[in-house]
Amino acid sequence: MPETVLVIAEQREGRLNRASWETLAAAQTIAREMGSTVEAAVLGEGIGNLANELAAKKVGKVYAVESAQLRSYTPDGFSAALKHLLESRKPKLVLLPHTYQVRDFAPKLATAMDRTVISDCIGYKNEGGKLLFVRQMFQGKFTADVSFQCEAPWFVTFQNGAFRVDGVEAGSEAAPVEVIHPEMPEGTIRTRPEEIFKEAKQAVDLSQAEIIVSVGRGIKEQKNLAMAKQLAEALGGELAASRPICDSGWLPMDRQIGSSGQTVAPKLYFALGISGAIQHIVGMKGSRTIIAINKDAEAPIFEIADYAVVGNLFDIVPPLIEEVKKTKSRA
Amino acid sequence: MKILVCMKQVPQKDAPLKLNAGGTWIREDVSYEVNEPDAYALEEALRQKEKNGGEVIVITAGPGRAQQVLREALAKGADRAIHLEDDAFVGFDALNMARALAAVIKAEPFDLIFTGLQSDDYGYAQTGVILAELLGIPHATIVMQIESSGDGIRVKRELEAGYFQFVEMPLPAVLTIQSGINKLRYATLLGIKQAKNKPLRKITLAELQSAVPAGAAGNLQKIERLYVPQKTKNTEFIQGTPAEAARTIVEKLRNEVRVI
Repeated sequence: MPETVLVIAEQREGRLNRASWETLAAAQTIAREMGSTVEAAVLGEGIGNLANELAAKKVGKVYAVESAQLRSYTPDGFSAALKHLLESRKPKLVLLPHTYQVRDFAPKLATAMDRTVISDCIGYKNEGGKLLFVRQMFQGKFTADVSFQCEAPWFVTFQNGAFRVDGVEAGSEAAPVEVIHPEMPEGTIRTRPEEIFKEAKQAVDLSQAEIIVSVGRGIKEQKNLAMAKQLAEALGGELAASRPICDSGWLPMDRQIGSSGQTVAPKLYFALGISGAIQHIVGMKGSRTIIAINKDAEAPIFEIADYAVVGNLFDIVPPLIEEVKKTKSRA
Repeated sequence: MKILVCMKQVPQKDAPLKLNAGGTWIREDVSYEVNEPDAYALEEALRQKEKNGGEVIVITAGPGRAQQVLREALAKGADRAIHLEDDAFVGFDALNMARALAAVIKAEPFDLIFTGLQSDDYGYAQTGVILAELLGIPHATIVMQIESSGDGIRVKRELEAGYFQFVEMPLPAVLTIQSGINKLRYATLLGIKQAKNKPLRKITLAELQSAVPAGAAGNLQKIERLYVPQKTKNTEFIQGTPAEAARTIVEKLRNEVRVI
């Protein structure tokens, strides 16, 4: 019997998220190479339509794990239900998107099964039949090839954008959907989640901006933001920042780019003094053109920049603002 | 309330890192500092103590150098410290590390255990969650606020894209703390002086034999090799004086990027 690659899809309020489709694309790619079968699972209450949506793709089978206790996400509920599924179905690989929800339960699930998760992967390698999973370390300064040293199931989470949604292959006919009602004894769920809410209406929707000037730690002091703002204004763009700047209260949280902030893909992304930690990169790597100014030639932001200036941003940005203004007034 | 804060020493943010000869790890002759989210976890524990009373204990695992993290925490107001001291801890995967921590915690229970949400070196974002499972207690990740609620706590979790959620749970519990949950304090001169007389207990790897018998060889995942990321983009490095660089950028913006 061929080995199985199982994708755990994630839904919120009745919709499968983008990261789930990317993870399905990853599963199909790996399965094609290893000659294995892809299956998918989705958890919740009343999720039949989501299971059908997955079953329309090229998968062998879809599990709809249904329970009133899975209506709201809890780490206890999701972990117990999936342990039940995995112990009976015995997949070789279990692939999940590296979302905040998965980070909350996947290590618990793996530990409950005496297994491990290789988390936040950006790809995989097949070296003569041996699977290695590729992940970033030291804030993106290095990449590591990581292998499992234990029996299946092997848990892997993939970073947002590691695979492309348009890589998902449709099925020639709908795959069978198996409804599973996991046994969850009284007292399984120890936490009580409340409704999900949005703190404040986002004042700026950075995802619509065509030009973004973004600042990181390299800006050094709050008063230096004025210079970045002038550049943004000269270019007709929006000002944004990496997490530490917003943590310090120098800019409001709604101007934060990255995994905990907004995801953007503007025509131009100007990174000023941003080193390029993974959490920031995932929020902006889809930008069409990236220009980075940083004094550290080894900064990971240069790995994804189209144009790079190694130097002091306080020397370069002032003449740059003047040049932009001059060119615009001539045009 | 008795709170344990798990802290880690990691290479300094802008320290230039080099690979070791075998390409399996970094060269360790760099400057180190406390993992940033762990600093916020400590701050939150100190604030909880100031509000509700109790005790704050800090723990780290690593070589002798890692003691610096504990000294700084004691100077900021932690009551005592535990150092799992061995060079081998640097190579532990998240499960192995959590097993070592759990062995210590089982011998001395706590009401709350804090970790940072992830480390700047491995970036697993797993140790706290694994620890909760090994201890058989509930957890919440990426926590931005903590309040008392009856016999337990109510915490605010950060979700993606500006969403949040409150979750209630009984104690004891493990919380992984997000950077920015509070404003960090500095150690005072008095605090630094007092820290010298605070208890710091050392535990050797041998004493944890039953929890992590094989050391790093008991890892369930292995870094086969570490390397500089392969570039996927053809980056054009712009040279020259600041004025020349500025002119070149504007020329690119006009002719290639076409945004001005």
